[in-house]
Amino acid sequence: MNASTYRLMGRVGGRAVVSSSSGQNGARQGAGNGAGGASGQTATWTVKAGLAQMLKGGVIMDVVTAEHARIAEEAGACAVMALERVPSDIRAAGGVARMSQVDLIEEIKAAVTIPVMAKARIGHFVEAQILQAIAVDYVDESEVLTPADEQHHIDKHAFAVPFVCGCRDLGEALRRIGEGAAMIRTKGEAGTGDIVEAVRHMRALWGGIRRVHAAPEEELATLAKEYAAPLALVQEVHRLGRLPVVNFSAGGVATPADAALMMQLGADGVFVGSGIFKAGADLAADARVRAQGAMAAAIVKAVTHFGDPMMLATVSRGIAAPMRGVSAASLPAEELLAGRGN
Amino acid sequence: MLALQGDFREHIAALHAIGATACEVRTAAQLADVDALILPGGESTTIARLLIAFELLEPLRARLAAGLPAWGTCAGAILLARRVPGLDRPPIGVLDVTVDRNAFGRQLDSFEAELDVAGIAGGPVRAVFIRAPVIREPGPGVEVLARLADGRIVACRQGRVLATAFHPELTDDRRMHAAFVALADAALAAEGSAA
Repeated sequence: MNASTYRLMGRVGGRAVVSSSSGQNGARQGAGNGAGGASGQTATWTVKAGLAQMLKGGVIMDVVTAEHARIAEEAGACAVMALERVPSDIRAAGGVARMSQVDLIEEIKAAVTIPVMAKARIGHFVEAQILQAIAVDYVDESEVLTPADEQHHIDKHAFAVPFVCGCRDLGEALRRIGEGAAMIRTKGEAGTGDIVEAVRHMRALWGGIRRVHAAPEEELATLAKEYAAPLALVQEVHRLGRLPVVNFSAGGVATPADAALMMQLGADGVFVGSGIFKAGADLAADARVRAQGAMAAAIVKAVTHFGDPMMLATVSRGIAAPMRGVSAASLPAEELLAGRGN
Repeated sequence: MLALQGDFREHIAALHAIGATACEVRTAAQLADVDALILPGGESTTIARLLIAFELLEPLRARLAAGLPAWGTCAGAILLARRVPGLDRPPIGVLDVTVDRNAFGRQLDSFEAELDVAGIAGGPVRAVFIRAPVIREPGPGVEVLARLADGRIVACRQGRVLATAFHPELTDDRRMHAAFVALADAALAAEGSAA
């Protein structure tokens, strides 16, 4: 029993099923509850990458309780990431970070109407199977959790649920897309509140895209070798002048200005982890909740008006102190998360 | 093109591909400048909040009441509707229908299907439904344009307002965009001759 013989074929009658048939990419004919009546085809690439299109221009927020999820939705989040601990707490706690408890994810799903995402460990395809079985809307195969496989990522084409994966440059992005990721996020350095790594990765990604886009056709094979990326995807980037999927920024956004910075650098939207629910840490409980809601709403507005400095000044008024943060450069190499998975 | 959140860039690319002029609308001043408005796919809760936060809801209602042609796809259709169970902000309310959000289930139930749409010649369109709504209880002025095989309504029109539960902007088929531009052109011409 391994991933190559057992392909996850998605849900029948609301339950996840594992099928031993291979050679299919997860697309199903008329199997969903709602689509059956329309003879629709679920879990196609268009449908998987399409949800990410709907999230664009939005903010996806890390939440650890149903209460957080409601605050995020109220503030205008376009989706939430259900977690047991935000990355700065994962960093502080140490130990092994795993997929969140199923009960917690289900509680959060029940609390909001916006899409709910959850993280699986890199290479841990059974955590991903479980997340698909409980019908999360997106799985993040995430370096923030402790990797389960140091060599291989999950075969994401085999799933009906779409995946988002982290990257630090173009090659890493295209390798993940080649494995089936329907959405990419630059990694940054999660849980630091330091934007420097997010900027580094976004600049590296766009630098690679511009280089491939400008290169003559006959140099693409060599570039594919250099980036260790599938040639077909390098050719597609050459043609499009962008990634073939939506790309968000993650890892270090702590203020509305940080969020707008990443948008101006070419992100389609942002993930905010510790930046919201670690804000206003010095305040009393009630004031802290209000401050976190205000920070969340301000970041949402900053992403909408990312190119308008007057509007950014307006939305930045009256927000509490952002998370304290830790300089990414001060962290020892073994505590950096972005290097996990390549 | 309402550009608060969602896949507005795909709509703009589709409009450019058929030779229409399109711009992003994020403020009341920008709204005052357009001849027609598309409300994109995205998260209806997010867009509903931003409409209020940036003081666009009332100007938008006023322009729609004055005959601004509009088309909502998915979240956009939700926002145009008069009745939306579970949406915790008031929708724009210009379209006399009820819209049920996430009517098919979660993302795993998102799907594509071939769909015949009234007024769109040349065969069915490839309709992409993503956490899509369905339309029900159309009022007397509402014309149903498309139904799924099981009868549920997924496209309708009331005067100059068009709503689709699916996303023509995610495919290369530009017929729905062309039909909306034709509707907007006709509206402009009618106003031109009236003035």
